[in-house]
Amino acid sequence: MKAYGEHHFPGRLFVVEGIDGSGKSTQLALLEQWLAAEGYGTFFSEWNSSPLVQHATRSAKKKRLLTPTTFSLIHATDFADRTERDITPRLKAGGVVLADRYAYTGFARDVARGVGRAWVRNLYRFAVKPTVAFYFRVPVKKALARIVGGRDAISYYEAGMDLHLSTDLEESFCLFQGAVIDEYERMVDEFGLVAIDASASIEAQQVQMRDVVASALAGVRKSGHPEWDSLSALAGGSPS
Amino acid sequence: MGQPQRPRRRLAVVAPSTSKGTLVVIEGADDIGRSTHIHLLKHWLERSGHGVVETSTAQSVVAGKGLKKARAGHMLGGLTMSLFYATAFADQLERDVKPALRAGFVVLMDRYTYSLMASAAIRGADAQWLKRVYSFAPTPDLVIYLRTNVDALVSRVVNTTGFNYWESGMDLRLGDDLFDSFVEYQGRLLTALDAMASKHRFHVVDAAGNVDAVADTLQSLVAPLLVRT
Repeated sequence: MKAYGEHHFPGRLFVVEGIDGSGKSTQLALLEQWLAAEGYGTFFSEWNSSPLVQHATRSAKKKRLLTPTTFSLIHATDFADRTERDITPRLKAGGVVLADRYAYTGFARDVARGVGRAWVRNLYRFAVKPTVAFYFRVPVKKALARIVGGRDAISYYEAGMDLHLSTDLEESFCLFQGAVIDEYERMVDEFGLVAIDASASIEAQQVQMRDVVASALAGVRKSGHPEWDSLSALAGGSPS
Repeated sequence: MGQPQRPRRRLAVVAPSTSKGTLVVIEGADDIGRSTHIHLLKHWLERSGHGVVETSTAQSVVAGKGLKKARAGHMLGGLTMSLFYATAFADQLERDVKPALRAGFVVLMDRYTYSLMASAAIRGADAQWLKRVYSFAPTPDLVIYLRTNVDALVSRVVNTTGFNYWESGMDLRLGDDLFDSFVEYQGRLLTALDAMASKHRFHVVDAAGNVDAVADTLQSLVAPLLVRT
């Protein structure tokens, strides 16, 4: 079993991290568009989306069955499946993988839930070290204001309601996500996360992101679009 | 009113110091009669007035069904399976075992971290990593290891369930067919459990004896742990 930092794959892995409402998914979607326009094929992997595991997670969350330990383990299981099934093979093949949340989300949330820092870091030791991991830094109140749909859109676990910090959903969200932010901040140095001021304009953040990604793409094969290739072949091949 | 407090750092791992129940684990290969003996022990204990809870990782509410489904499909990686089992185990431990121990029950658990770690290690998981992943599990009061050899397992399986994909380690393709892979895989599991048996002082019981004789042995092992009435 190769540990974090020991894999050497020709592909590139770009990761976005930050609390809900930090704007990281918007930024990753814009990055994906740009990469496509530049001719890079990308694969997108989202937190908690393994076809084998996510159903069990969803059902356990709905029934509120999870303890801090099982919450941590089931998310690590989901992450392991995506690592084995999607991420590692593509990185080995030289592909570009974009991940919305990564092991650091486990570290931040699970520790805020009271799980041991060393324990959860060990749990995810199989994770491939990203080429670049962006951390979108945002004050918790600003994030809360951004969550589209307001309080109805805040989930029980995302607000840390299982910790009984407050009976008020928004207050619990602020307390819990505040603790999550503390964990992210300590990881900036520990894991070399690239911090981005998520209070800045969407455009300014994207420019910053593209700069960093561009310099990390040297040597990556462009895949191009098959449709485009056939179109240009048609255009070039037929006499006018 | 002051500022609301940040979440307190809670211990995810409950120290077993408050528990007054007894945790008895039965370890052993697939189809070796573990559930039969748990059943017999339970009845014997209840007849003598002890509260008993029997449990196994397969009963996990959180992960049991998902794991079963995942094993029915065609793609379940070794690491994913190992962590899925760890989730199911933790769920059973926290939902069933720990509360029952606190309430003074005798808990009979079908398998524990040992065989889960053995099967994960065969699939490439690092021993030190596994040990730390499972560090939340308390040490049982008694581990009974129903021991057998591969020949006995083969003759048992051939006449009952037949060779199962996972119990033959076919995800690892350790042989040309189910039978060859079964022999190799179960052999590796037994070797791993044997090594743990001496390290963690399991009580090794030869599973080949007749059921009554084995049951008597198990009772004599459990009896000294019980609260006298």
